[in-house]
Amino acid sequence: MKRKVLIVDDEPNIVTALEFLLQRSGHEVKVATNGEEALAAIERDSPDVVLLDVMMPIKSGYEVCQRMRERPEWRHIKIVMLSAKGREAEVSKGLALGADLYVTKPFSTQELIDQIEGLFEESAKPSGG
Amino acid sequence: MLQGWVIVVTSFAYLGLLFAIAYYADSRADRGRSVIASPYIYSLSLAVYATAWTFYGSVGRAAVDGVGFLPIYLGPTLMIALWWIVMRKILRISKQNRITSLADFVASRYGKSALLGGVVTIIAVIGIVPYISLQLKAVSSSFIILVQYPEIIMPAKVGALPVLQDTALWVALILAIFTVLFGTRHLYSAEHHEGMVAAIAFESLVKLLAFLAVGVFVTFGIYNGFGDVFARAADEPKLAAMLTPLEGVAGSYASWIWLTILSMLAIMFLPRQFQVTVIENVDEKHLHKAIWLFPLYMLAINIFVLPIAFGGRLHFPDGMVDADTFVLTLPMAERQELLALLVFIGGLSAATGMVIVETIALSTMVCNDLVMPVLLRQRRLRLAERRDLTGLLLGIRRGAIVLILLLGYLYFRLAGEAYALVSIGLISFAAVAQFAPAVLGGIFWKGATRRGALAGLCTGFGVWFYTLLLPALARSDWLPRSLLEHGPFGNELLKPLELFGLAGLDQITHAMLWSMIANVGVYVVVSLLGTPSAEEHRQASLFVDVFRREAGGARFWRGTASVPDLYNLLARFLGPEGADTAFAEYARARGRHWPDAELAADAELVHFAETQLAGAIGAASARIMVAAVAKEEALTLNEVREILDEASQVVVYSHKLEQKSRELEAATAELRAANEALKELDRLKDDFISTVTHELRTPLTSIRAFSEILLADPDVELAQRKKFLGIITRETERLTRLINQVLDLAKIESGRAEWHVSRVELREVISDTLAGMSQVFKENNLEVEARLPERISPVNADIDRLIQVLLNLLSNAVKFCEPGRGRIEVTLSEADGYARIDVRDNGPGISPEEQRVIFDKFRQAGDTLTNKPPGTGLGLHISRQIVEHFGGRMWVASVPGKGACFSFTLPLEPARAEARAAA
Repeated sequence: MKRKVLIVDDEPNIVTALEFLLQRSGHEVKVATNGEEALAAIERDSPDVVLLDVMMPIKSGYEVCQRMRERPEWRHIKIVMLSAKGREAEVSKGLALGADLYVTKPFSTQELIDQIEGLFEESAKPSGG
Repeated sequence: MLQGWVIVVTSFAYLGLLFAIAYYADSRADRGRSVIASPYIYSLSLAVYATAWTFYGSVGRAAVDGVGFLPIYLGPTLMIALWWIVMRKILRISKQNRITSLADFVASRYGKSALLGGVVTIIAVIGIVPYISLQLKAVSSSFIILVQYPEIIMPAKVGALPVLQDTALWVALILAIFTVLFGTRHLYSAEHHEGMVAAIAFESLVKLLAFLAVGVFVTFGIYNGFGDVFARAADEPKLAAMLTPLEGVAGSYASWIWLTILSMLAIMFLPRQFQVTVIENVDEKHLHKAIWLFPLYMLAINIFVLPIAFGGRLHFPDGMVDADTFVLTLPMAERQELLALLVFIGGLSAATGMVIVETIALSTMVCNDLVMPVLLRQRRLRLAERRDLTGLLLGIRRGAIVLILLLGYLYFRLAGEAYALVSIGLISFAAVAQFAPAVLGGIFWKGATRRGALAGLCTGFGVWFYTLLLPALARSDWLPRSLLEHGPFGNELLKPLELFGLAGLDQITHAMLWSMIANVGVYVVVSLLGTPSAEEHRQASLFVDVFRREAGGARFWRGTASVPDLYNLLARFLGPEGADTAFAEYARARGRHWPDAELAADAELVHFAETQLAGAIGAASARIMVAAVAKEEALTLNEVREILDEASQVVVYSHKLEQKSRELEAATAELRAANEALKELDRLKDDFISTVTHELRTPLTSIRAFSEILLADPDVELAQRKKFLGIITRETERLTRLINQVLDLAKIESGRAEWHVSRVELREVISDTLAGMSQVFKENNLEVEARLPERISPVNADIDRLIQVLLNLLSNAVKFCEPGRGRIEVTLSEADGYARIDVRDNGPGISPEEQRVIFDKFRQAGDTLTNKPPGTGLGLHISRQIVEHFGGRMWVASVPGKGACFSFTLPLEPARAEARAAA
């Protein structure tokens, strides 16, 4: 199923790789290179999922995540945090701020694609029961 | 209405009240609920200083001398200010050594000398007897005067009475009974006479109230306040002179000073003052309050002295009434029966208080320091074999009390009529002042010896006897008057009142001057001439250093003893009950149970037994008794000195220990600070590792992602495939560079880096580096200019490291320059012994905030994706470390938009630099 994906990362090579992967999987991809750009992009055209780097100039991934979760109309947007910082405290912080997934760099490309898919399947299931 | 029986009944009622108070206090004490454990009771008991002499005599003296009565009360007020130094020490010594009296104190200090204790006792008894007679005289005179009411007739006019009708005798006997009953209930003299102290404190209140009552009556009843009394006195020519105290009248400067000194010593060394201040003291802290409460009492009881004296002189202008009786006769003349009776009771209380305490103190001294040492040495009495000596001890004390009071009465009959109250009192003061050198010297001067104290005391007392007591007897016609007028055997130089021709002083000043010179002089000289015995040395140390060492007399004993012997010894003097209590206490302090547990008859137990015994019979007697049952090996003087040295060593050690513990605290603080610094370092290291990890993972992410893409999809277009492989290659290079630099940094920071220092020509290094990078410059189409001077001194450095720095700066410049328009300038210069290299570019520049942190680890200029340069963020940091390692400096100057200039300096080779400077 085709989804709108926003990639937010300041490492051009990583952006290139993610862009290629997601486009190949049939998604519509947009790119932002820092937190502010990301929020502006979401405002323009809200995506289904945001791949969010944590260590970014101007606004960190944590900040962007927090801002997004403050807006009820963006509630449905899935947030996947991508970070080279993999310490437990950092993972917990990301999830606590409202990220749906926290992926540590370097990651397996196939797994990442599967996990993104999985996010939507999960939410499609009826809750409760 | 004031018939004899009324006065007698009132007096007995008063004494009965005293009995009741004393009995109540004693029974409370027996139940362990002391009434005297209060600083107020303690201070009031000190006021036993104010006797009938104060009560009647102050007014008598004031009526003659004006304010000349004051020194007797100024002295104690001054002295008590020094008590914190002197009395606190005496208190501590007395508690530790279970001192039972002043004589015991002196004997104990000078090697537990029985002889010295005996001498002090004899001096005290002889010296105090006139004082006791004074009290008897006051009570009987006031009784005789009061009985004549409403007539005012002086006792002298009544005529001498037969002994058995003499009031004074009966007073003496009644007081003896009271004292025996309350002063000798317990044998144990180091314990407190609680009943007595309570009664004394009550008496101090009564006499103060009575005196204030008369004062108020005279000042405000007869006259209209202080102003009125003094105004009328000033109108009377005879009285006006007394208002200017230091001119003309007997109270000259010298006599003021000597009287003040005399009473300063009296408040310390009168046996009754020593008794209430030291022996009866239950808590050293009571001194705090007494130091201001006692002077307050003195002030209160003196406020009305002058008004009463002037009132008396104005009221009885003809001199028919003895001034010593004004306190009583003024109310009588005004027909104030009840007030007169109250005054009589007040005087009675002042007198009885003094007599009771004084005789108890003296009887303890007589028993412990005079009679017992003599009896114990009499082998034919076989005292040492008697099982229980408590009865004997009490008997001696009771006998002594009766005897001393009868002696007082005898003196009253023999000499009492010749002197005013004050003069009798001063004679006693001068006698006890003789104790001052031995006691004060004893607690501050270790060099004072037994012989010195003995000689000083005897000489001083001899002079006192000759200049004060002899004239008193001569004036009462018991000795020929010619003795006073012409000296013994007609030798004018030896006239008792003008010794060695010293004339023009009053009798007391004269006596004090000579006796003190003799006493102190002989005491000091004899002490200095002789050497103290081992025992004296030990006691001197225990007394003088009382605040510096623990009570540790046991260390000085060596010998053999048996527990049953020691027990029996204690039982003989304290009774079996007392001995049991003492031994149980001793055992309990050592975690044992008496009598089940075996106690070792060691030095400690012997010392304990001796101290217990000393509390009952005094130090000197206790020594004799313990020596009899314990076989003691005498310590030599050197051994005692060694023990004392050991003790002072301990003091030194403890000082050192304190010092060490302070150092330890400081070290702990330093350690704590170091630990904090380490923690901070640890946190920094943690951050560093976290950052390094992040920096390593980022290129790894790209490498893995593109590898997987290429692996999973063989159909990627060629152009893209090339692009991806290019990224992989560059990211691998970046990774390698990063790893190398991290390792490099780690080496430099830990000091493990290898430096190959040699003389380096900077011109060559710069030229070579630029040449090596020419390809890069060409690729980026950059203009590069090098400005190198023709000659410059070499520097001492590692050439490879310098190239590393230059490469780093140049590639940074390249990174930030816009291809095609970029321009890089490298300048070499020399100034102040330093070579300086500038690398300037025309890139975007660096903001001030970035300039501050750009040399930190993992900090890179450039914020956004577009201008983020490839690099590790370690290059500048490492470069700066290298430059600083060689003693140089590195910094950056930049205006945003106008390029940046990185500069560093390196010190020139010193010899060459100097040579150039000289040239």
